[in-house]
Amino acid sequence: MRVFRAVIVTVVVAFLVAPLLVIVVGSVNPSRYLQFPPAGFSLSWYSDLFTDPAWLRSIRYSFTIAAVSAALAVLIALPLAYVLRTYRIRLTPLLYTLGILPFMLPPIISALGMQVFWLSTGHVGRIENVIIAHAIFFSTLPLVSISLAMETMDRALPEAAHTLGADRRTTFRTITLPLLVPSMITGYAAAFVLSLNEYLIAFLVAGFTVETLPVKIVNGLRYGFSPTIAAVAVVFILIAATTFTLFAIFGNLLRFLGADPAILEKNV
Amino acid sequence: MSERERPSAGTYGVLAFPVAMLVVFFLIPFGIMVATSFYHRIPGAFYVPAFELANWQRLFQPVFLDRALFSVWICLLAGAVCIAVAFPFTYFLTRMRRRRHVALLIVVLSALTLSEVIVAFTWYVLLARASGVSNVFVWLGLLDEAVSYQPSFVAVLLGLCYIALPYCVLTLYPQLTRLDPEITEAAQTLGASPWRTFWTVVVPIARPIIVAGFLLVFVFTLGSYIIAAFLGRPEHWTLSVYIVDQASANANVPFAAAMAIFLTLVSLVVVAIVALIGSRIRSVA
Repeated sequence: MRVFRAVIVTVVVAFLVAPLLVIVVGSVNPSRYLQFPPAGFSLSWYSDLFTDPAWLRSIRYSFTIAAVSAALAVLIALPLAYVLRTYRIRLTPLLYTLGILPFMLPPIISALGMQVFWLSTGHVGRIENVIIAHAIFFSTLPLVSISLAMETMDRALPEAAHTLGADRRTTFRTITLPLLVPSMITGYAAAFVLSLNEYLIAFLVAGFTVETLPVKIVNGLRYGFSPTIAAVAVVFILIAATTFTLFAIFGNLLRFLGADPAILEKNV
Repeated sequence: MSERERPSAGTYGVLAFPVAMLVVFFLIPFGIMVATSFYHRIPGAFYVPAFELANWQRLFQPVFLDRALFSVWICLLAGAVCIAVAFPFTYFLTRMRRRRHVALLIVVLSALTLSEVIVAFTWYVLLARASGVSNVFVWLGLLDEAVSYQPSFVAVLLGLCYIALPYCVLTLYPQLTRLDPEITEAAQTLGASPWRTFWTVVVPIARPIIVAGFLLVFVFTLGSYIIAAFLGRPEHWTLSVYIVDQASANANVPFAAAMAIFLTLVSLVVVAIVALIGSRIRSVA
């Protein structure tokens, strides 16, 4: 069992880390071609990334789409989660299913659906098309996080506000909404990161005019290895690893991932 | 449920925005896509509204049924491989000390946030002749000269497992942290080896979550496009790749729409079958 454990853990970690090592090496290798062992050390591919206008434009597109579409996703999810978890509405299961359906189906469904939709309106190749498509597709994430927060929220708090004379609107603004903020941030962050990484929908909806980072990477990939792509990949990995490390240090990462509270006390 | 309030007219007003967005930008596009699957394609131009079954008939040719079966097969295989690796890994992970536990989770989460595009790129590099792992084998003296491991079936399978494994681990994780250590301790006190305990106690308890993780990987990999497109030859393409190919390169949107609806149906049917088998096993055991 001990041997089995060592083998499994080593294999999984090696499998997850190995490709990352290769691109880290590739991104600091001065040669245009990846070679083993590396020819030296250079950061020129990174400076390329932040000076080349084409890459800068893609970075701008991607971050604009991610920031705006994630905000729109939260705006779609918040009223839906709040109303469906507060009121007795016969359509609740149906509306909740409608909210999670885009994300549950393969992304090609949303991608192709949006493509034919914008084609039929004649409004094609625009950045707002991608923003709306991403907002709908990723609204499931804030919908789930906010719905969970609504379920675990102490019902006595809004009720107390109500008893003390606050109307529904004031109760929502001063009690419920502040309690939902952490789940809104979680949902926003998840939608933001996934939007930043999403290829298929961005490509089919407006890939030829709005070249986001993933679309640009794939277009570059058709010509084989490029050290600049390796540099982009390393930047993405660093952002992710830093975010989660900070989360682990300052927040409760294990709890966030759904670990049993009991195990958290025992294993310290 | 009973403590929930009655909705007022204003309640429906609050719902208006999200429901309108989902209807206009999800249901209506889906409807247009269904309609498009019956449209008539004009080669070299685009397509015109019509009602013909040509696209659907083409779908049921052996070539495309073959592609559908291949897609289902490779995604089920990816699900099996992921569960076989992720289940013991997650079980051991939840029994580690805090520091290693968190460090491994950060590795898993970092891999999870990687774009499918970057995953395809890293494996493309790692398996290529000029830049890949075979150079290390040559350097170690295991191979005479560098070879390319992609495009190939195994490359596609590895890529699919890479994007799905982190999701699989995180699906299993909450349940496995809740597995009461007293149960495994009891089994071992009664004389079972750790190995036997794992197979006869831990795995049966976790069966529902194993089925859930397996389905997640299946549905997730079935939707993947880049991995199969870049790490496989056309005979390793999944339905998603064919759909994108038809919708962009071949400009046969009606046929792409028919395949997309077909893909939705296939994934729903397989999910239903696996869930059914899962519940059957549970009721027999």
